[in-house]
Amino acid sequence: MKTEYGFKIAALLSGGVLVVLAAAMLGQKVDAAPASGGSISGTIKLDGTPPHQKPIDMSKEPSCAAIHKDKPITTEGVVTSASGGLANVVVYVSQGLTGNEASEISSEPASITQKGCQYIPHVVVLDAGQHMKVINDDQTSHNIHPQPVKNSEWNKSQPPGAPPFDVTWANEEIAVPVKCNIHPWMHGYIAVVKGPYGISDDSGSFSLNLPPGSYTLTAWQEVYGAQTQAVTVAAGKPATANFTFKAK
Amino acid sequence: MRMNLFQESLLGTALVLALCGPSFAQITPTKYDEDQRLNMESHVGNLSGHASAAKADYRRYCVGCHGDIGDGNGENAPYLDPKPRNFTLAQFKCRSTPTGTLPTDEDLYNTIARGLDRSVMPPWNTFTKQQRADLVAYVKHFSPKWTTEKPGIPIVIPSEPEVTADRVKGGQVLFQKLECWKCHGVEGKANGPSADTLTDDQNHPILPYNFTEGARFKCGSSDADLFKIFMTGLDGTPMPSFADNVKPEEAWELVFYLRTLQPKNDFNAREKAIAKQLGLKPIDPNVPLPAPPAAAAPSGQE
Repeated sequence: MKTEYGFKIAALLSGGVLVVLAAAMLGQKVDAAPASGGSISGTIKLDGTPPHQKPIDMSKEPSCAAIHKDKPITTEGVVTSASGGLANVVVYVSQGLTGNEASEISSEPASITQKGCQYIPHVVVLDAGQHMKVINDDQTSHNIHPQPVKNSEWNKSQPPGAPPFDVTWANEEIAVPVKCNIHPWMHGYIAVVKGPYGISDDSGSFSLNLPPGSYTLTAWQEVYGAQTQAVTVAAGKPATANFTFKAK
Repeated sequence: MRMNLFQESLLGTALVLALCGPSFAQITPTKYDEDQRLNMESHVGNLSGHASAAKADYRRYCVGCHGDIGDGNGENAPYLDPKPRNFTLAQFKCRSTPTGTLPTDEDLYNTIARGLDRSVMPPWNTFTKQQRADLVAYVKHFSPKWTTEKPGIPIVIPSEPEVTADRVKGGQVLFQKLECWKCHGVEGKANGPSADTLTDDQNHPILPYNFTEGARFKCGSSDADLFKIFMTGLDGTPMPSFADNVKPEEAWELVFYLRTLQPKNDFNAREKAIAKQLGLKPIDPNVPLPAPPAAAAPSGQE
C-alpha cells in the first residue's frame, strides 16, 4: 500500500512536470534536427489494470537493501504512470529506412548502471555499433551477463570500485535480456536497433528524429511484445504516433 | 481416426511452421545447412582435422548425447545433468580465449581428450590424435559462427611465480574482495548466499564448484587451468570473467589461495604447507578488508 501511494505521488508529480518537459524536449528535438528533418512523438498507454509487481527482497545483499530501506523495490516488468502511461517501451523504425541512417550512430555512448542492485535504466536502447558503458555504482560485486541470441554472449565480473567498461553490439536484437547471477532478482534489457530510436519515459512519452518519409514504427514492451504502426513524417511538421497495449 | 499420407504431411508442415514462428527468432539449425560446412577444418599443432573424416566417430560415440544435428538433444539428454553441449550455439565453457569469443581448436581438442569433470563427458583419450582433431572440426561444422568469426586471442598466462605466504594471503584478500564467496562459500564449499539460485543459460539449476571435493576443475587440473577458468569465465554458466579487474600476478595469488581450499592432492602440497604454517582461517565477509596500498588507490571509487 505504502509503495502504491509512493508511486502515485511520483506519477502525479511526473505527470505535472511532463507537459512542460515534453514541450521543452520537442522544441529541442526539432532544433537539433537537420533543416529538412522531422520528428515523431507520442504517448504509450496501457489499457486495463497493470499486473501486480512483486516486491523484491534484497536482504541477501545488505548494502543494496540499505539503499532501498525507505522505499522497497518491486519488479519492473510493467511500469505505468497514474494516467496509464507505459514506461520503458522501445520505439524504433522497422521499415522505411534508407540505409543512410547507419552513418548517424550517436557518438554519445549509452549506459547501463548497476545501482542499488538494479539496472538503471531498466531498458537500454542503442544503435548497433553504438558504444555502451557498463557502470557499477554499488558497494558489491556484480556479474553482468547478457544473454543474446543474435550477438555474442559474455559474462564479466565488476567488483565495487572497478572502472566502467565499454561494449558494442554488432547485430540488431530486440531485446537482449541481461542479468546478474549473484543477485538473481536483477533483470534488464538491452534493445539493439538500427537507425533512430526512442524510449518511453515514466509518463509514457517518447520522441525520435527522422528525415521526411513514410515509415513503419514498432513499439516493443518486455511483457506485451511488439506493435507496429505506419507513420508519415513531413519536413518541419512533427508527426504523432500513439500506441496502446492491452493489459493481459 | 486414421490419417492418410497427405493429411499427415499437412499436419507435419503445420507443426513445423508453428514451431518456426517468430518466437523462435534463433536460426534453426538444419542438417542440410550443416552438411554445407562438412569441409570445416581444425588445426592443432601440426595436425589438420577434417570434419568429413569424423562423421563415423561422431555417429558412434557422440550422437547419443549431443544429437544428430549437434544441438545437445541426443536421446540420452533428458537423463543427463549437466546437459550435453549444444554445438549449434558455438558457446563453450573451457576456453583460453576471452569471454564472448570462440575457443581455439586446441581448447576443443583438450576438452575432448580431458573430458569434463562432474559431467558424463569422459576423457576420450582412446581416440588417436588425428581422430580428436577430426572431431574438433566436426564440432565446429555445427555452427555457422565458425565461418564468420575468428577464435578469440588466448589470454596471456605469465610463468607461475613461487608460492609464498604473502601470495597465499594476497589471494585470500582477493577471494573476499572479488566476492568469490558469494557463490563458492567462505570455505569454498559451494554454499555461498547466491549458490542456491544459480542457473545456466538454459535455465537449469547449476552448482558452483566445490573446492573441498577432489583436485580436478571443470576445465583441467593444473594451476594454469585454474588461472584460465576465472580469467576467461565459463561461458553459458554464472561464472564470469575476472580478466578486466584482476592483474596476472594477482591471478596467480588467487590460484595459490584456491589451492589451500582443496583437500591435499598431487597439486597443492606447497599451498597446504603454507596454509598450515600461517594457521589460515576462512574469510569472514563481515570483517572489512585491509586498506589497499596507496598505489592502488586511483582505481577505487570516486
